[in-house]
Amino acid sequence: MTLASRRKIGNLNTMSGFDFFLSSARLTALGSGALHWPDQNLLCISDLHLGKSERQARRGGPALPPYETRDTLARLAADLQDTQATTVICLGDSFDDDAAAGALPQAEQDTITHLTTDRRWIWISGNHDPAPLNLAGEQHRDITIGPLTFRHIAQPQAQSEVSGHYHPKARLRSTSRPAFLVDGHRLILPAYGTYTGGLRSTDPALTALMGPRARAILTGPHPVPIPMPR
Amino acid sequence: MTVLSAAISSWFTTRNWTIHPHQQVMLGRADHPATLLIAPTGGGKTMAGFLPTLAELADGNHQGLHTLYISPLKALAADIKRNLRTPVDEMSLPIRIDDRTGDTPQSRKKRQRADPPHILLTTPESLALLISYPDAARTFAGLQRVVVDEIHALAESKRGDQLMLALARLQTLCPNLRRVGLSATVDDPQAIAQFLARHPDPCEVLQADPGPTPDIQMLQSTEAPPWAGGGAAYSIPAVMEQIKAHNTTLIFHNTRAQAEIFFHNLWLANDDALPIGIHHGSLDRDQRNRIEAAMVRGDLRAIVCTGSLDLGLDWGDVDLVIQIGAPKNVKRLVQRIGRANHSYNTPSKALLVPANRFEVLECRAALEAVRQGDLDGEPRGPGPRDVLCQHILITACAGPFEANDLFAEMITAGAYATLTRPEFDACLGFCATGGYALQAYDKWQRLLQLPDGCWQLRDPRASQRIRMNLGTIQDSDTLKVRLKRSRGGKPLGEIEEAFAASLTPGDTFLIGGQTVRYEGLREMTVEVTRRSGKRPKIATFTGTKFATSTQLNARILALLQQGNWLNLPDHTSSWLTLQQQVSQLPEPGRLLIESFPHQSRPHLCIYGFAGRNAQQTLGLLLTKRMEEMGLDPLGFVATDYATMIWGLKTVNDPAPLFELAALRDGLDSWLGENAVMKRSFRACATIAGLIERNSPTARKSGRQATFSSDILYDTLRKYDPDHLLLQITRTEALRGLVDFGRIEEMIDRIGPRIDLRHLPAITPLAAPLLLEMGKVPIKGAAMEKLLQQEAADLMQKSGLSSLPD
Repeated sequence: MTLASRRKIGNLNTMSGFDFFLSSARLTALGSGALHWPDQNLLCISDLHLGKSERQARRGGPALPPYETRDTLARLAADLQDTQATTVICLGDSFDDDAAAGALPQAEQDTITHLTTDRRWIWISGNHDPAPLNLAGEQHRDITIGPLTFRHIAQPQAQSEVSGHYHPKARLRSTSRPAFLVDGHRLILPAYGTYTGGLRSTDPALTALMGPRARAILTGPHPVPIPMPR
Repeated sequence: MTVLSAAISSWFTTRNWTIHPHQQVMLGRADHPATLLIAPTGGGKTMAGFLPTLAELADGNHQGLHTLYISPLKALAADIKRNLRTPVDEMSLPIRIDDRTGDTPQSRKKRQRADPPHILLTTPESLALLISYPDAARTFAGLQRVVVDEIHALAESKRGDQLMLALARLQTLCPNLRRVGLSATVDDPQAIAQFLARHPDPCEVLQADPGPTPDIQMLQSTEAPPWAGGGAAYSIPAVMEQIKAHNTTLIFHNTRAQAEIFFHNLWLANDDALPIGIHHGSLDRDQRNRIEAAMVRGDLRAIVCTGSLDLGLDWGDVDLVIQIGAPKNVKRLVQRIGRANHSYNTPSKALLVPANRFEVLECRAALEAVRQGDLDGEPRGPGPRDVLCQHILITACAGPFEANDLFAEMITAGAYATLTRPEFDACLGFCATGGYALQAYDKWQRLLQLPDGCWQLRDPRASQRIRMNLGTIQDSDTLKVRLKRSRGGKPLGEIEEAFAASLTPGDTFLIGGQTVRYEGLREMTVEVTRRSGKRPKIATFTGTKFATSTQLNARILALLQQGNWLNLPDHTSSWLTLQQQVSQLPEPGRLLIESFPHQSRPHLCIYGFAGRNAQQTLGLLLTKRMEEMGLDPLGFVATDYATMIWGLKTVNDPAPLFELAALRDGLDSWLGENAVMKRSFRACATIAGLIERNSPTARKSGRQATFSSDILYDTLRKYDPDHLLLQITRTEALRGLVDFGRIEEMIDRIGPRIDLRHLPAITPLAAPLLLEMGKVPIKGAAMEKLLQQEAADLMQKSGLSSLPD
């Protein structure tokens, strides 16, 4: 079993990230798992799965500690503070299911309202939360900004694409961490939500999507790129 | 006073058996509420437990369940059933006997609940399941006696706690229930008696004649043991000689991996093709059954095994027990030996085989301790509350319950006699709502309180999930291994997921003594083909780690004090002499620390002799201090006698590291982040019902659905630090794995007497630690530096770093 513990990067004051290009866009992979596009003042995060604990309880499972929404939003607020981003894209599966969006406690809903205020907020629909949300911001299945197209699940033939869905993780030495996967055609973001697991980059679903020279950028205090393990 | 019926007495006569004194006494005390019998194996212990039942059932007037027999092993339950049937049939007694374990087919289980036999043989987990059904009262109606076999083994683990809570429930259903415990030799019989009895009923302890003193020696072999490792492959020629000279030999190993390797190597040396089998918990059930049956028939000359055979199956032909690897504590050794030669009046025979040079010392110390009758033991401590939580959920499955009644019932279990009402309420709160500081689950809580005050499951379907996850045994995640066939090949056993993840097609590994080739993973099953020849990998299994007891360690230090080692075999005495020449030997009352470079990294070896768990904790605490002091530790490994730490910087002044006040002050925060606590948390959270290992929906491939328990642990620490599960984890970790008490004891004992030796290279005494498994990496600044470096290397080698970003 991996013992990858999620680093709470919420207190990060310095902007540590790894810079790279996708198409002509200069991007930064942040150690927190968020993607920063400085030229567009844009922050992109994927697979928040807010409301997971509530959904699990609703379906008869044991009651998980009900703090993941608060924790995920706290980290997001910190990243927004650090980057001063004015556009935010939530790349799908922002909520664990459609009901979860409506079931968020008031405090968390207020936090979201606060974060979305004075920002362009874009919700991309995912497979867990396909229905329209009753929240501020724009909702799209996919969106193109500059040279890049943002959608939830990668399309095999696409170019200059940013997507999520797979919760990728990669292994170096004996450490396994959520990781960004990038090659010449696409970028797949790691899952940002607190209660999310990961899929190894060696899984056929990912090796089929990423080209032979793909890199994995490990999250953590200092993001590092490695050749994507296959 | 129960009188033996004529049928039973005459059966004894025809067999030319006389009734043992303790069997007679047990008959006499059959109406007492609780009795504990301590007898060696082969002393007719089981018969002593059952005679009162046979006597009471002889007239055929009893309807339904009369006696419940509990054993820790499914195999034992099956074995006893076989053994009981013979006398019952020969005596023509109208008694129905059946067993019920995880292996029992569903159809038979259903029949047992509807129409129970007179005698039911089962395990603690199966009993817990039985009491979770709403019709439990009907199933157990008429129950008179419960016999707990191998109670000394059950008392050592949470299985025993779960069992006693289940018995407390049974006693509510059957107020006149009488309890009998059957135990091997223990250091504190009174403690076991209190554990067994319904608190505060009295429980008499009956000591049977222990028989002649066991004959234990260290194996004489011409080959020398290696420096490290637990395999003892060197001893195989000598072990083969012993097998040839005896009827049936049991060869015990401390781990499953060692058993596999040894068995493999033993067969390579088995020129006479003697029938030798292997038995351990990860082998396929049918295979295990076949081995057990062959043993009973006397068809096997030797069985290579682990603790899976530790408990008293009544095997008449076993006349030698070989213990491979140091026994870790004396009590366990004596209990294992009690199995050899079940002919009551001849001494049990055992051989100790040290697996490496250091173990020669351990075995020597153990031999001395056995000869002096000096058994080691730790006080039990109060009943764990995660098991309590599971029991509350089990109770809820059976139907609505009153909190007051349940509390009163639970404190009749000896281990929970000191449980306070607020503690119970906290557990109930956890089961109901999760017990979080943030009240979040009113709508979806697991337990609801009805207007009349009773508690019940909010959703009756939850009982299915609870039953699926019942039990306290913590197996690591395992995958089944099957031979590859077009449809479902033969199952061989299990390996751990972590090991499976390390395999690539073409790799070979050992299982059940044969070498198989890994072909791939299909639907969470490992597929293999038979392949011999290639040198196989060794599957690792994380099992319980026993630490060398304080008493044994003290004896070992005293042994090292002896200036000359004439008594010890040459290979060991020359190793110790070399250590003395190169560096020095550890002394009681002082702490020896060696500092040396190895593979261009500074190493520090601390010879604390505090036992594996405390040495592991010491490793964690010291590396934490080193991290704070900028000494860049990278990792450590611990054994029962030492901790070795390596890093980027040499330690020149160790004294500040051992400041007890500083160590104590930071204990909470240090404990908070370390892997030992997280592992403990995972186990407690699973038992208490927060983490479900099995769910009604099929396991999804890809594992995106699950996430590590570490995330739950970190979240609770951050947002709910006083949560019940963190309290339970802390209590448990401190007591067992962390063993901070032994570190305190060590530091108090050595005072300022720390001897730091700087050596130019690794020393003889430290070298074996390098070969140890279980190195713990430190994920601190040093690790990040190395990660950066290695990542850069990889990028360079692959040519990717020259790509335009």
